Amino acid sequence: MLEVIEASGLATIQDLGRKGWRRFGVPLSGPMDAFAFQAANLLAGNLSEAAALEIGGGEIELQTDQDCVIAAAGAGYSLSVYTWEFPLWDSCFVRAGWKIRLGKNGSGMWAYLAVAGGLDIAPMLDSRSTYVRGHIGGLEGRLLQEGDQLKIGKPRLPLLELSARTLTEDARPAYQEAPQIAVIPGPQNECFTDESLKTFFSSPYRVSTTSDRMGYRLEGAPLKHSHGADLISEGLTIGSIQVPADGQPIVMMADCATTGGYPKIASVIRSDLPVLAQCTPGKDSVRFSGITLQAAQTKYRVMMEKMRNGIVDS
Amino acid sequence: MKPRLLPLGDSALLIQFGDQIDLEINRRVQALDSLLRAEALAGMIETVPAYATLLVHYDPLALTYEQVSDRIRAEMDRIESNATRAPRRIEIPVRYGGASGPDLEWVAAHHQLSLADVIHLHTDRTYTVYMMGFTPGFPYLGKLHPALITPRLDSPRPRVPAGSVAIAGEQTGVYPLDSPGGWRLIGWTPLRLFDPAGSPPFLFAPGDEVRFRNEAMDA
Repeated sequence: MLEVIEASGLATIQDLGRKGWRRFGVPLSGPMDAFAFQAANLLAGNLSEAAALEIGGGEIELQTDQDCVIAAAGAGYSLSVYTWEFPLWDSCFVRAGWKIRLGKNGSGMWAYLAVAGGLDIAPMLDSRSTYVRGHIGGLEGRLLQEGDQLKIGKPRLPLLELSARTLTEDARPAYQEAPQIAVIPGPQNECFTDESLKTFFSSPYRVSTTSDRMGYRLEGAPLKHSHGADLISEGLTIGSIQVPADGQPIVMMADCATTGGYPKIASVIRSDLPVLAQCTPGKDSVRFSGITLQAAQTKYRVMMEKMRNGIVDS
Repeated sequence: MKPRLLPLGDSALLIQFGDQIDLEINRRVQALDSLLRAEALAGMIETVPAYATLLVHYDPLALTYEQVSDRIRAEMDRIESNATRAPRRIEIPVRYGGASGPDLEWVAAHHQLSLADVIHLHTDRTYTVYMMGFTPGFPYLGKLHPALITPRLDSPRPRVPAGSVAIAGEQTGVYPLDSPGGWRLIGWTPLRLFDPAGSPPFLFAPGDEVRFRNEAMDA
């Protein structure tokens, strides 16, 4: 069992999301940086969808009462275990009684802590992901807090085989403070003036401090609609870029509403979502570039293959 | 309008049947939705019906856009025959007005109707769940009698109690959870719309037909 000694910011339990319930208005949820989340699980010897801990914008300290193997991944955090510092993207063996801390360090927003065997909590609507606004999933549908006890599942392999593994550097996302983010235009790009489409692809957009797990609001050159900013509501997904009447784009993130009524100028591709997610609100800016659907899907496939093939003994 | 298929990013496909709130269009959305769900293609994660569109979420590691669109096109021909299937019917007991429906009097005055007229116009109609969204389990029901078309509140209430029956524009709906809300509250139902442990957990599903019944709860 892992006990939460101290937690601040957005500390939640996530898995790969609540699939099958979006038709009822329940967001998918799941990790903000799905790459780091899955990598942490694979390093800990889990299936990529096992429940793990997400921390964003704050810090968390835990103590284990049993020997275990953990792996942390993400950006903007460092991992300390007992009295040692460990790099992210590594798995390590932790003795019963030791403390584990994910502390803010450097540029980035989200980190994941996976434990061999996964976090063994009861699913709600087929998922362990926490959706705080809807009080669904995780631990009572809320942020983790001091005193919470998280049961560890049964590891799939002996602990000694799982520790001291790493994900090679070339397989990790290229997190940056001013990244170029690839998008697939549409489906409502014709709702914008030609000039605004040019603006969108040529100006920097800063991630606003009002961003959260539901969406990243961007601040920059306003985009003009050619005929109104209202659409009858239709399905939305992670990465969809909605533009309301004020012309400032919003990229939908993990807790994305299932439907929305603003025109969507473009969608961030899956392989670039982790890089966008790790941008620091109020500080980092992004620029958008277009990509074809086929190229985007190939890029994603290559990224996921690299993750699976990039785990080696350290 | 011939349905249009468009990518929404690299993991979803949007099918547009039209661009308005219209029962015939929505029936076709629901018909395609049930055809796609009847024999799910591996890698098709889920579908989200909305007013005039169906969104198909798929796993780009398992399926290409072409594979998903081929499957959709194959089902298109069967839509018309499937659109006539009988929907599920749900009746909702409602206590109208008073503390249960704090906006009923305003709505009646706004339309120069009596309270009884508003209740009659709201209950004397079969609604369709065009789509669900906003919060888990919230049904967008349409359409209201034209005499009841009412603007939203200028500023939303920070907390609308679960079970509140509300109207806005040509829509009516029921709040499944305590949540902020800008619709006009005309009544309240004791039915539980969302029970996570229930089977099914949600009272409504897209495509259901719904009627409201005026019930004096204290009688």
